[in-house]
Amino acid sequence: MNLLLLTLLLPAAGFLLALVLPRSSPAASRYWALGVSLGTFVASLALLGWFDRSLGGDQFTVDRLWIASPEIHFHIAADGVSIWLVLLSTFLTPICVLLSWNHIQNRVKEFYAFLLLLEFGLVGVFLAQDLFLFYVLWEVSLVPMYFLIGIWGHDRRIYAAVKFFLYTMAGSVLMLAAIIYLYTRSGTFSYAAILDQLSSSRLVFSPFEQMLLFLAFFVAFAIKVPLFPLHTWLPDAHVEAPTAGSVMLASVMLKMGTFGILHYALPLFPAAARRCAPWIVVLAIIGILYGALVAMVQPNMKKLVAYSSVSHLGFVVLGIFSFTQLGLDGAVYQMLNHGISTGALFALVGIMYERRHSLDIDDYGGVATAAPWLATAFLITTLASIGLPLLNNFVGEFLVLQGAAIANFRWAVWAAVGVIFSACYMLWLYQRVFYGKLKEEVRSHMPDLTLREWAFIVPLIAMMVWMGVYSKSFLDPVSKTTARVLAQTQVHIPERVDLQRTLRTEVSRAR
Amino acid sequence: MQLWLIPALPLAGFLINGLFGRRFSKGLVNAFAIGSVVLAFLWVLKTLFGLGGIETAYTEHYFTWIQSGALSIDCDFSIDRLTAVMLLVVTGIGSLIHIYAIGYMAHEGGYYRFFAYLNLFMFFMLTLVLAANYLVLFVGWEGVGLCSYLLIGFYFDKKFATDAGNKAFIVNRIGDFGFSLAMFLIFKQFGSLDFAGVFKQAPTAPVAMLTLIGILLMVGACGKSAQIPLFVWLPDAMAGPTPVSALIHAATMVTAGVYMTARSWQIYAHAPIAMDVIAYIGIATAFVAATIGLAQNDIKKVFAYSTVSQLGYMFVGVGCGAFSAGIYHLMTHAFFKALLFLGAGAVIHSLSGEQDMRQMGGLRTKIPWTFGVMLCASLAIAGFPFTSGFFSKDAILLAASHRASWLYWVGVFTAGMTAFYVFRAFFMTFTGKYRGKEHPHESPPVMLIPLVILAVLSIVGGFAFKIPDFLHTVFPAVESPEELAPMVIASAAGLLGIGLAALMYVYKPGLPDVVVSNAKGLYTLVYNKYFVDEIYDAGVVKPLVGGSRLVLWKGVDAGLIDGIVNGVGARAKNLGGLLRLAQSGNTRSYATWVAFGGVLLIFFMALFGGVR
Repeated sequence: MNLLLLTLLLPAAGFLLALVLPRSSPAASRYWALGVSLGTFVASLALLGWFDRSLGGDQFTVDRLWIASPEIHFHIAADGVSIWLVLLSTFLTPICVLLSWNHIQNRVKEFYAFLLLLEFGLVGVFLAQDLFLFYVLWEVSLVPMYFLIGIWGHDRRIYAAVKFFLYTMAGSVLMLAAIIYLYTRSGTFSYAAILDQLSSSRLVFSPFEQMLLFLAFFVAFAIKVPLFPLHTWLPDAHVEAPTAGSVMLASVMLKMGTFGILHYALPLFPAAARRCAPWIVVLAIIGILYGALVAMVQPNMKKLVAYSSVSHLGFVVLGIFSFTQLGLDGAVYQMLNHGISTGALFALVGIMYERRHSLDIDDYGGVATAAPWLATAFLITTLASIGLPLLNNFVGEFLVLQGAAIANFRWAVWAAVGVIFSACYMLWLYQRVFYGKLKEEVRSHMPDLTLREWAFIVPLIAMMVWMGVYSKSFLDPVSKTTARVLAQTQVHIPERVDLQRTLRTEVSRAR
Repeated sequence: MQLWLIPALPLAGFLINGLFGRRFSKGLVNAFAIGSVVLAFLWVLKTLFGLGGIETAYTEHYFTWIQSGALSIDCDFSIDRLTAVMLLVVTGIGSLIHIYAIGYMAHEGGYYRFFAYLNLFMFFMLTLVLAANYLVLFVGWEGVGLCSYLLIGFYFDKKFATDAGNKAFIVNRIGDFGFSLAMFLIFKQFGSLDFAGVFKQAPTAPVAMLTLIGILLMVGACGKSAQIPLFVWLPDAMAGPTPVSALIHAATMVTAGVYMTARSWQIYAHAPIAMDVIAYIGIATAFVAATIGLAQNDIKKVFAYSTVSQLGYMFVGVGCGAFSAGIYHLMTHAFFKALLFLGAGAVIHSLSGEQDMRQMGGLRTKIPWTFGVMLCASLAIAGFPFTSGFFSKDAILLAASHRASWLYWVGVFTAGMTAFYVFRAFFMTFTGKYRGKEHPHESPPVMLIPLVILAVLSIVGGFAFKIPDFLHTVFPAVESPEELAPMVIASAAGLLGIGLAALMYVYKPGLPDVVVSNAKGLYTLVYNKYFVDEIYDAGVVKPLVGGSRLVLWKGVDAGLIDGIVNGVGARAKNLGGLLRLAQSGNTRSYATWVAFGGVLLIFFMALFGGVR
């Protein structure tokens, strides 16, 4: 059996079987989910082992006819970018199972079933090579998250879940329209075939058509990223979601947006993408600064981390639209980094919430005295998040900013200000929560990390260090794939000759 | 030559003590913490003997850290004579301060944590000086900042300590902003971040670009080395334990900015404007910090501002093209300032934590060893003839006199002030009558032995280690004939300062009050450090935080964007209800469509309305 298929279908099978597990035994559901997610992780590791790092193109392709008319294929494959995002998903799912172990006490069976369904959807989104299949899986991943927030969330969960759903639906409906339009023009849903038609000029869009199609895709993805000003669903969703939901949402789901931009919006509509790039970059930079500034004044820990995500994802978008090799590599790396470090932040906040039952920063203080190892883990994660060298985010931020500087130095100047702000909001958070006098109500509620918590914190920290110290293990395949994307977006824009020329020379210098 | 072992040894010490130190006895913690640093020092010595003269740089390659497109950042270590000086200073003085800290920290909580952080600092500092490219240097640069943050906030239940830690980190981040931008430009211009590659191409680059790079690098150096306008973090950093102040905030880390600019001299050599800016910032910092030092009563604060001021001197040296003089002063300053801090620590230790000099006095007879070594250090920093500070300060002032005479005269005046405030502190502490309540006791030998070694170095270090001669293979030669007049004038200024301090604080103890009451406004201004902290707080911090809360969060986010989103949602409901009258449809899907329209509208408004 194809390993890729196994990685995709294991969680789906796990989901189906989880549904028939007895409701009376929540432990069975927990162990089942843990076993399935660990099995999926092992499968994806094997996938990585067999992955040919010297190739930029698709590997492990599975292509079966799914629906005869219209012709829709079950067509999946992995490239140097998607394989890491798949691994990120399969790595984090068992972590989410573990961190929900005691936290989720009602409807345990359904919870873990939805978690596995979510994993299936997320993995599928990154692998789909058929636009229709992609759209289906995109929506599939939406549903379990909606329920995770709506059922197991905090007080305002319904508002947050509906807001999340409507926001995302609004975008994905647009994307559906664009996909259907693409189909009517090209006669196929196959992504490779459409790209082939475009490159051989059998399929040509007028600039206006291309711009509309690009925007349709882009808005759908931008909502997911989320790009300023389409981000207001994110803080609500994060604050209300259970810990596992926050982790999966921040770490993996947001990457659906940036992955979509990189994998679909750019290669399909390169001219429109390049034409919009200066405006999108401005939005990304606004997001970087705005997210950081708003994070700085949040009284709620989860909201603070949520706004910091807006800031971090701004770097990803900036890197992509710098159209340089460094920027694209950095953007992809930053997707993974953000997945690890923000996932860890949410996990650690969740650990504290389980103890103190509050997300208000003011309810904490002096935690470092009561729980020194928890404080140490949080400190390392904080440092990773603010881009300290030798931890993961630094490499990504550096590449993005260097790429942006190559494209336009002013972009790098503005974006780098965000790096200053990130230190402000994270260190102020850390000071207020962990330092200071130990309050009595904190002391009595703050035991240090348990064995189960160690079990998921240590791998996360190990990844932060590994990705920060030896980025070569990750970046090689990424570069191969992003180089291909960059080649696909080398187009001539007649209206902006001057811009194009400077970009060209700088891009070629960067490569 | 296994250069990697030099930083790896303290890193191992950090890991062992950090992970398991809580269960260790103090002896075991000491063995790993001090052992690793002393071994690193010995390894440096062995390496230097093995390399002989090191006429040219010796480089070792380990692995590729980041590889993307044309960018390839290798983890390389390199050693030349400049690195050799830094290595000896860092590991040598580091070892002494580690040993001293055994005694100083004996009664403090978090013993293993303290030494773990200190070891981590050594790792990053050694990485910084061994780096063969800007990005690896930046690793050490940020890393020492982290350790500084952790050690300033060592007593983390005290808010002023953690505030000071945050301030240090954030102000340094502002400097690092400049440093990063400089790196981006360097890569953009030269296609490499390796020192060798960049410096080889530097002469061919446009002057404007080199000037911009030089100034941006200097912004980074201003953060790390506490120069105007980013000096505000260093005085607060004294909240950390005193060995930290000596090691990190006097002898080593804060000099990283000077090291980095000296390392980049090929860039500055072709950017005279950037050099001028460095010299001006340096002299302004030296002067301003010295004036603040005149009026402080906390013994550590005096030495903190003194450090800022002396770093300013080093900047003047670098800015005047006398790179080796800057490094010379870096080394001698490491001797005498580490000693001043450690001596102050011994005083504070003997008084059970008292730092206010008004509560001291007459300690000469009570702690004679500490008195003796402090005298050596004070003479050295005052530039007393033939002490270490005399030689290095002279080299800098000589270079300044060749650049511009006003630079020289401000430098001389500052030298006088330096001598005055140091001996003011010295006399207030050791002479007169004892004014405090504690019972002073001499420090244990484990603290005194490092002090004595440093005292010897403070006196003889200047002519024993002639740094400018040693560094002639690294830096361009400065053609400056040994002139007697500038040297004599500077020494005279120092002696004058000492004499004035003796007059005011020994012979006529009423005089300071008379001076203060006659210059009330000036005194208030200086005593309150020119209100710089208050100005920054009111001008930058408060508007930023308040604006973010009221305008961005409450206004834009919750008010404008969510208002529109929710408004569209509500209207969609109404519209859906209306449409349902006309034809039975699914409200949800209508709501979805309309919500989408609204979102698209916002998007376009933001895209085309707000941007242009």
